[in-house]
Amino acid sequence: MSATYPPLSRKLVNIVMLSLTGLCTLLVVSALLTILVYLLWNGAHALNLNFFIKLPAPVGQSGGGVSNAIVGTLKLLALATVSGVPIGLLGGIYLSEFAGGWSAFTVRYTTDLLNGVPSVVMGIFVYTLVVLPMHHFSTLAGGIALGIMMIPIALRSTEDFLRAVPRSLREGGLALGASKSETIFTIVIPAAIYGILTGIMLDVARVAGETAPLLFTAFGNQFNSPGWLQPTASLPVVIYNYAISPYDEWHQQAWAAGFVLLSGLLVVSILARLVLARGKKMSHG
Amino acid sequence: MKTLMKPFDLSQLSKAHEVRFAEVEGAEEQLPWPQFTVADLNFFYGHHQALKDINLIVPNKRVTAFIGPSGCGKTTLLRTFNRMNEIIPGTRVEGSIRLGDKDLFSFPATTLRRVVGMVFQKPSPFPKSIFDNVAYGLRLDNTLRRNEIADKVEQSLRRAALWEEVKDILHQSANGISGGQQQRLCIARALAVDPEVLLLDEPCSALDPISTAKIEDLLFEIKNQCTIVIVTHNMLQAARVADYVGFFLTGQLVEFNRAKQIFQNPERQETQDYITGRFG
Repeated sequence: MSATYPPLSRKLVNIVMLSLTGLCTLLVVSALLTILVYLLWNGAHALNLNFFIKLPAPVGQSGGGVSNAIVGTLKLLALATVSGVPIGLLGGIYLSEFAGGWSAFTVRYTTDLLNGVPSVVMGIFVYTLVVLPMHHFSTLAGGIALGIMMIPIALRSTEDFLRAVPRSLREGGLALGASKSETIFTIVIPAAIYGILTGIMLDVARVAGETAPLLFTAFGNQFNSPGWLQPTASLPVVIYNYAISPYDEWHQQAWAAGFVLLSGLLVVSILARLVLARGKKMSHG
Repeated sequence: MKTLMKPFDLSQLSKAHEVRFAEVEGAEEQLPWPQFTVADLNFFYGHHQALKDINLIVPNKRVTAFIGPSGCGKTTLLRTFNRMNEIIPGTRVEGSIRLGDKDLFSFPATTLRRVVGMVFQKPSPFPKSIFDNVAYGLRLDNTLRRNEIADKVEQSLRRAALWEEVKDILHQSANGISGGQQQRLCIARALAVDPEVLLLDEPCSALDPISTAKIEDLLFEIKNQCTIVIVTHNMLQAARVADYVGFFLTGQLVEFNRAKQIFQNPERQETQDYITGRFG
């Protein structure tokens, strides 16, 4: 009969390319898995209930935990979300729905620049802006630093998800006599809300691991930090401090803290995926 | 809203309209009041002129179809009737359009669009439940009570011949129903606010023949309640549903007449060529 189809050369190229892409995928996945396993391996000894509910033990004593850093990180992230996300959201709505050529370009360009500002510079910026006038480090300052870092991504992801809403939905709203703002708030944003939420969750996950901005703002604390105006411990700074300390016990706790932080981020990422999947399901019936 | 439908004195029209209207109507038949009176209308997208010197009367409580090849301006004219073109930057309108006896541009656009409803080519249900889709326009008012909205939703779905199919799934996502049902949902959504006019922009071009037949049936049902203007590429559809037909070519209204007249004995050669399929 005829020659084999597809021809041998094409099969060969197919096999080579498939193996190459597969190998790269494996590399990426295994990098994450290796880090997770390595953290768990080294930190397992320190991972126990006390780690989650106890304060750090004084130098020289064994045991103790990082409950203050876990609470501190949660407080910082809450504050960052409250301060950064609304600005990003409204900016994204402006860019997608209202901005004309010139102003859109300016906002987009400056947002991208802001996204590129090194995190340590952000720390110094907020140090000057908040810490110096208040004369002390605080959760407030740390939250603001992380909040500013959240703005660019919240803004651009909001814009992208709003833009993806088809024009037919906007016209459908307008054609029923809704004003432009009614259409945006009752149709366009609800249509994109799952995507927007996903973007915000990934944004939170991104800044959760930031260390440099916190060194100059939240600083660190061996104890619980009541309220919002005291210096506070946080997981990334605890990891940093414990890792450069000379004590084996602290090294282990740093590994464990790293594992807890990374697990938390993984959970948030997976949740974000689920939220997006739910949104897709809602809009496709 | 209903005050827009005051009887209209034909003598107020400029002569051109009167002639055209008289041509359309003949002597014996009673005149339907004009729903839209278009005079010397020009429309521009930037420098591109999409409509040239349109003069036209759209009769009230009748089905008027606009036919013509793609890009001939029929959709543009349709979108001028509820001023949807205003949302496109760089567009410009010259000339006048009257809705009943009022200037179309004297209304706020949001008020106008509640009187002149529109259904688009692609079914575009909001990503909300079936009920919320139909209730959307009603809730903008903020004056209706819950049970009034529920009644109105049922009534509108019945008018759109969709009630029997969706009455048990009212609170499920509107994206879950078929394309034909979605398009009837969009019609129900537009009918819910009791518009005087319903504009339809190729409402069946994305639908199968059975769904198309259902929509055409429903147009027959509602045409004694509101004026219908439909843009279509489907000549047979125009012949089936329309009382009046306007044929457009390169931004101009070539011929406007009773549907029978257009399809059986058109005055212009271009119309003849188009409806017999020689071009377009």
